[in-house]
This record gives sequence, structure tokens and C-alpha cells, in this order.
Amino acid sequence: MSPKNNFSLPLHNQKRAIVIGASSGIGAALVRQLADQAYMIAALARREDLLTAVCQSIPSATLYVHDVTDNENIPMLFDQIVQDLGGLDLIIYVAGVQPTVAVDEYDTEKDKTMIEVNLMGAIAWLNLAATRFERAGAGQIVGISSIAGDRGRVGSPVYNTSKAALNTYLEALRNRLSKKGVTVTTIKPGFVDTVLLENAPKTFWVVSPEEAAAEMLTAIHKKRQIVYVPARWSLVGMIVRHIPSFIFRRLSF
Amino acid sequence: MAKQKNNKQIDNTLTLSASLPEEHLERVESWGGASSGMSYVYRPTTIESLAKVFELARKNGRSVGLRGGGNSYGDAAMNDENILLDLRRMNRILDWNPESGVVRVEPGVTISALWQYILEDGWWPPVVTGTSKTTIGGCAGMNVHGKNAYQVGTIGEHILEFDMMLPSGEIITCSPETNNNLFFAAIGGAGLLGCFTSLTMQMKRIYSGNLRVHTQAQVDLASMFDYFYENVEDSSYIVGWMDAFGNGKGLGRGDVHRADYLKPGEDPNPSQTMRLENQYPPENLFGIVPKSIMWLGMRPFMNNFGTRFVNLGKYYAGHVTGGATYLQSHAAFHFLLDYVPNWKKSYGSGGLIQYQPFIPKENAQNAFADILRVCQYYGQPNYLTVFKRHKPDNFLLSHALDGFSMAMDFRITGSNQGKILKITRQLDEIVLAANGRFYFAKDSTVRPEVARAFLGDEAITQFRALKEKYDPDNILQTNLWRRVFKG
Repeated sequence: MSPKNNFSLPLHNQKRAIVIGASSGIGAALVRQLADQAYMIAALARREDLLTAVCQSIPSATLYVHDVTDNENIPMLFDQIVQDLGGLDLIIYVAGVQPTVAVDEYDTEKDKTMIEVNLMGAIAWLNLAATRFERAGAGQIVGISSIAGDRGRVGSPVYNTSKAALNTYLEALRNRLSKKGVTVTTIKPGFVDTVLLENAPKTFWVVSPEEAAAEMLTAIHKKRQIVYVPARWSLVGMIVRHIPSFIFRRLSF
Repeated sequence: MAKQKNNKQIDNTLTLSASLPEEHLERVESWGGASSGMSYVYRPTTIESLAKVFELARKNGRSVGLRGGGNSYGDAAMNDENILLDLRRMNRILDWNPESGVVRVEPGVTISALWQYILEDGWWPPVVTGTSKTTIGGCAGMNVHGKNAYQVGTIGEHILEFDMMLPSGEIITCSPETNNNLFFAAIGGAGLLGCFTSLTMQMKRIYSGNLRVHTQAQVDLASMFDYFYENVEDSSYIVGWMDAFGNGKGLGRGDVHRADYLKPGEDPNPSQTMRLENQYPPENLFGIVPKSIMWLGMRPFMNNFGTRFVNLGKYYAGHVTGGATYLQSHAAFHFLLDYVPNWKKSYGSGGLIQYQPFIPKENAQNAFADILRVCQYYGQPNYLTVFKRHKPDNFLLSHALDGFSMAMDFRITGSNQGKILKITRQLDEIVLAANGRFYFAKDSTVRPEVARAFLGDEAITQFRALKEKYDPDNILQTNLWRRVFKG
């Protein structure tokens, strides 16, 4: 096999992005919009049929079927993708699961899946990006977290845990890398009309994945650090974070 | 084309896509700083370790790019996301004969190391670049020229023989007599056929450590050309500098610097002038400002307004000092770029690119006038414009011809890239219509169709055939190769 890869032309400034969790919802919308912004994209997801449908009409997107719980293959796949793209400027970790959990349910298997997909997968991918970006002295790491990571709530203890841990991990990456020229962005969406919402009891201020993705990309390009999407959720986030525990434990959400 | 992979396939291709060691991953910039990428950089010191890098590349399905001093303005010494061989540690002078002036060096020996080694024996490299940080391997790969190109041609014409490692690990010896196809293709072949492991060169006998330098202002392009025509016969070096802000009647105005070797006996004390201590320019500007920070002082002038005044001042200074003749050391005359370290930083973080067309003498004056006008029309007069005379050579991918070149620096910013590309596209038309050529050591903008037009289909077919023969797996690649020749 003779070596081949994409490469940048001087003065063309081709940007390259990896989106992990690209088969539906926010991830798919991000792939479509990055393509509109002339990015070369590596789109990753577990479900091949859905991913194929997303990438079909996007010539600048290459798809890689991948399960984020398959940890040991990630370093090799990361290297392969970066070689195929000819470099890397942006990585967005979107993959996330939220199975239905009853208020009195304690299912360790379900919990393990959430930790593996929402947290461990992010760590495995973003560690690699961090190493590379630190050497490059440039690059942007984005984690799609959730407003759900702001507090531990009765309805979704481990989902909240996984997102809270992701926030802390991203904060630590930011503290390590910001002085090296690398931007780390934490995005906390409110209610976005995706499959994850099916298990949410009450919803409001729901936006479409396309609207959410557009707002996210604006924040990403502005190199924001922590962003609520849509922006009005920042107010909710601030209130929720400051409700004292003695009140919070009496609330039903 | 979207491509599909699943985990099973990744397992099966393990040997092909195995990761290269992350500790070799480095950010690599074009010399002009206008583009950068990440490469796995290896710096071998021996032939054995060089061969191992080719083996590693083959095993991992990666390509190998060659890099010397890294002074190519564009992407000639870059190989994004693949292996880059930085040859600066293969820097031994293997053999030196002070009687005949024949030297044999490893590819990583710099021009700086070479002249310092041979000068006190009364020799000087026949061709030197404007910076002394270039390596002999890099100079041969790009087939560089100096300010004496019209007298002595390109550096390749002074190479007697070289050894080259092919990607297979085999070492092959080439000279104008032995393997001469490969000799004339590898010199100027941009490191795409093999890696020089040693080069044998003839040095030039000199009789003083000084050159006799003469500077004269030229009021327009026509008088610039006239000066060259009148002086090429009996001079050793000529270089012109143009104020690209000059327009109308002043289009192409500037200064010309001519330098001549001293004849035997002219220097009463050559052993003194050839001592290293007497070669270096002073360390400080006006004896005060350390030259390591001089680029900071230049920065405010690196815009259309500032450069206009600097250039105007330089042009009139040429009038004032015009006609003066003085002695200057070889190093001070040649290595202007080294005199202000990091001067390119004064262009700002976006860096610069250079556009250097070579035009046959009969078309040169009109074409250069058109080029200057196009740049002025777009409000992009180049800040540094250097003018030289050339003669043709026999190398396969040559930039050389019987004519003139004009090297123009363009400052690159975050927002002007599209505009600069548009301008260079337009300039390409002027250059090709005038039967001009380009020079890969400087280039950032040549497209495949432009390369085909100036090199000719035959030369490219011949080069491809040689590459197919000596590098059948296409291991040797660079960003420039993929940009200009692939597909």
C-alpha cells in the first residue's frame, strides 16, 4: 500500500474536524453545518446505517464506524483518522446515552454503560487530542456535556454523574492546555429535540438539533470556554447550581 | 468519497495503520511561516539509522519527506502527518583537499559550516544562498542559485558526484557520467527520488576575504535592465533591489549591488582578510541595538505605509552613496538574511510567501512591468523585491533559463490569503505567456497545470518514470509533491 493522505495547500487554510457521535441529533447536525463551513470531517458513530445516511450527501465527510466503549482501538483509529484528514484542528465529543431510569431503580449495568459512553469514551478520545494539540500549540477540544451535570437529581443519578465528571475533566484539560495555545470548550445544552429527550418527563424551551448545533458552532468559533445552549439556560444553570441542598432535595425534578 | 471502516477491518490492517511514536510528533513550519503542519520528525546521524527510517515508513504505510535547513519558503520540506527526515545531524565534512578545492560532505553540512571550513585555505563555495543556514543536501535537492547565477549557474553544476540512498535502502552513486539520468533528475528533484548521503563538490579559488562592492541607484526598470546588460560580462555577482512602490515613471526603480572577486595580488594581505574574525558583520546596530532584536524595530514598518517610506529612504540612500565602491567581506555581502536574525518575524504571525518568476530575457522587461502593475493595482506591492540574472542548465526540473528573475515577498495575514491567491493566479498567466518558469525552493502557489506548462509534459513524464523506477512504492513525498505533481 502506498502512503496517502489529505494535506493542506499553502494559503488555503483547510480546517479539519472529528465528530464522535455523529449518526443522529446534535452530532449529525454538527457534521452538516461543519461541512457548510468548508471543514473536512471525520464522522464517527456506532450505527452504520444511520451514519451512512448522514454522510451520504456530504463529500467532505468520511465516516468511521466505531463504538466508543471499544477503548483499546481508539489510539490507532485516532492516528488513522488524523493521517486521513491530513491534520486536525477541532475535535467534538458528542456521544452520549441516557437510558430510562425509574426513580427507585439502581441498575449497575445501565450505569456502567452511561459512564463508559458519556465519560470514558470522551476521556479516551480527548486525551489523544490533548497530547497532539499540546505539541502543535494549537487546536480546539469540545465536549458536549449537559445542563444535567450541574446537580445530582432524583431522576438520573449516574447520567448527572457522567456529565458532572465530564465537566470537571474538561475544566482540568482547559487548565492544562490554555497556556499552550489550545482551547477547551464545554457545551451544556438544555432540552434539544433528540432521542435523549424521550426519557425526560417534562420539557420546555426545546430547540431543534440544527438550532442547537448552529449556536454551538458560533460559540466554538468564538473560542468560548463554558457555554449553555440556548444561552437562556445559563440563567437556569446559575439558579439550579445555587439552590441550597435542603431545598433541592425536596424538589421533584 | 466516503469510506467505511469497522473494527474488524481496523484489526486486520494493524500493521499498516500502526501508530508512529508520539514523541517524534512535531509542529513543522514553512520557512515563510505561512503554513504549518504536524510531522513525525527523525534526525538520523548515520546511514544505518537513515535506512531504518525508510524501513519504518514502509512498515507503517507512511511517506517520508526530506528536510535540510528548512529554508524553503513554501511546502517543499514539509510532509504533513507523515515522516519528515531532518538531515541536519548528518553534518560531517568527509573529505577536503585544499590543493584541488574538492570537498566531500554529508547532506546536513550547512553553507555556513562549509565556508568557515575552507576559507582560510583560499576557497569559497561556488554558489551560496542568501542565508548560510541552508544545507548542501537541501541546496542540491532544490538546485539553488546565488547572485552569480548568470556566471556559474546553479549549484548542481558544481557537484561532481553524489551518493544517494533509495527508499529501498540501496545506495547508488551518480555523476554526470554514471547514472546520469538520475544525476540530472535528483539535483533539483526536491528530495523525491532519494536521500543524498554524500556530495562531492568543486570549490572556487579566491585571493582575498573581501569582495569589491559597488552600489548604484537605478531610476526605473529600463535602467535596471541596462545595468545588468552592461555589467554581466566582467562582474562576479550582481543583485538588484526594487522599490515596488515606485509607479509611473519610477516603476521598477531601486538599487543595484555589484561585487567582484579580487585578483591575485590585489589584496596585500589575503591571509588576514580570509580569517573568520574578519568575515562577520558587527553584532550590534550602531554599536548599541543587538541584532537579535532588530526585527522588533522593523515590525511597525511592515505595512504598505511604513514600507513605502523605508523603501523610498533606501532608494534615495542609493542615490547618495551611489557610485561608491568599497570592500566588504564575503560573509557580509552574501548573508544579508542572517544579518538580522528572525527578520521574517517582522511580517507578523501570518508569515510571508515569496513569488519568484523567471522570465526569458527578451520578454522579461515587459512581463516584470506588468507584474509590478498588477500588484499595485490590487494594493499589494511586495515589500521586498529582488532582481537577478540567470543562465540555463541541464537539470530535469529546472527553474533556470537565459533571463531574469524577480523575487517578491508578500505578507500573509488572516484575511488576505484569498486575495494573494487571486493575484498569483493572475501573475501565473503573465509568467506563462512570457515562457517563464518557477522555482520550488520559493514556491507556495504553483498548481499542477502551471507546472506542466513550464516544465513541459516530457520532463514530467521522465521524472515520473524515474520515480517509478527508484521509488516504486512512492515512499518519498512532500506537501509540494502532492500539491504540484500528484494525480
